[in-house]
Amino acid sequence: MGFLHLFIVNKSGGLILHRPLGQSAPRIGTNEWLRIGSTFHSLHAIAAEASPVKLPGNKNSAGADDGIEEIRGGGLILKCLQTRTGVKFVITAEPGTSDLDAVLREIYVLYSDCALKDPFYELEMPIRCELFTNAIDNLIEKVESGGFKTR
Amino acid sequence: MSRMATSNILDRPLGRSSGRGGSSSEGSVVSLSAFAYVYSELVQYHQGRAASISELERRLESAGYGVGLKVLELVAYRAKETKRETRLMSILHFVSSSVWKALFGKSADSLERSIDHADEFMIVDYEPITSTFVSVPPDLGQLSADAYVSGIIAGVLDGAGFSARVTAHSVNVEEGEYTKPQGGNVVTGLPARKDKAVFLVKFSQEVLARDAALER
Repeated sequence: MGFLHLFIVNKSGGLILHRPLGQSAPRIGTNEWLRIGSTFHSLHAIAAEASPVKLPGNKNSAGADDGIEEIRGGGLILKCLQTRTGVKFVITAEPGTSDLDAVLREIYVLYSDCALKDPFYELEMPIRCELFTNAIDNLIEKVESGGFKTR
Repeated sequence: MSRMATSNILDRPLGRSSGRGGSSSEGSVVSLSAFAYVYSELVQYHQGRAASISELERRLESAGYGVGLKVLELVAYRAKETKRETRLMSILHFVSSSVWKALFGKSADSLERSIDHADEFMIVDYEPITSTFVSVPPDLGQLSADAYVSGIIAGVLDGAGFSARVTAHSVNVEEGEYTKPQGGNVVTGLPARKDKAVFLVKFSQEVLARDAALER
């Protein structure tokens, strides 16, 4: 299991969270992260236009905007979960890592629990909820030790 | 006169029972998420109107106070107790078991007496539902989102004739102090909490004097 990074982009393209998920994750500076976040946001939208198959209203079956779902490279898999509200959860991992979709969905659940129910979290702002980051670390640990079962 | 509602209103379960498939003996069930969202809005509402951390806590406490007064009446009635509590220890036991069970479905995790002060008691809850999803930012320091519950406790005690000042504190849980089931919260799937809620109850002097007089 080689998880690299997790980043979350809000509906206007701003980065609200970036987190390394393992030791093999390369160090990326904050400005670089902001650039990655907004670049991915734009590419995600453009991909729907460039796609040979156009969905009605550009919305996929889950009601979320159509766009990049997966990028496979020589040394990287990138997976994106786009929600109905426009929030994008993006995870990168080394090739051969399994369960990325399940992990992304679980992170979405954790987001809705720890960030959205927190009275001190402002929507679309950078996430500073300790509970959320602890829960993510806990989740990755559980997946790496093989103790994770999908709900 | 209608013959339909012959059951006493105080015996009916709180909230609307779904009614469709037959009687619900426990009353209707509300999801933790629904409660968490409503409570989150309550906290945000008060935070917008409070000028300081202590004012926010006071607002939350007064929001819970009314609940406490009503809960005292309801729980005491349902417990079918013929005598009201007059002793300090019995009202504290009433709060930490009957009231907690009625509100949260389990009794409080412990009830302790302070060693340094004779008028202080502590009710401990390892997983209070008012702060299950709350992460207090560092600039709000000592704020406890469980101030609402301390307001409820204060309401119950005041209504029963034991005036007290109740405050909520978040205290770190020591290693091995509490064996959490499966290393985490079973309901929410979140990792185990690092802090517990301690409700410090400080009774006023006349209550202690009265209790000491009853001792004799």
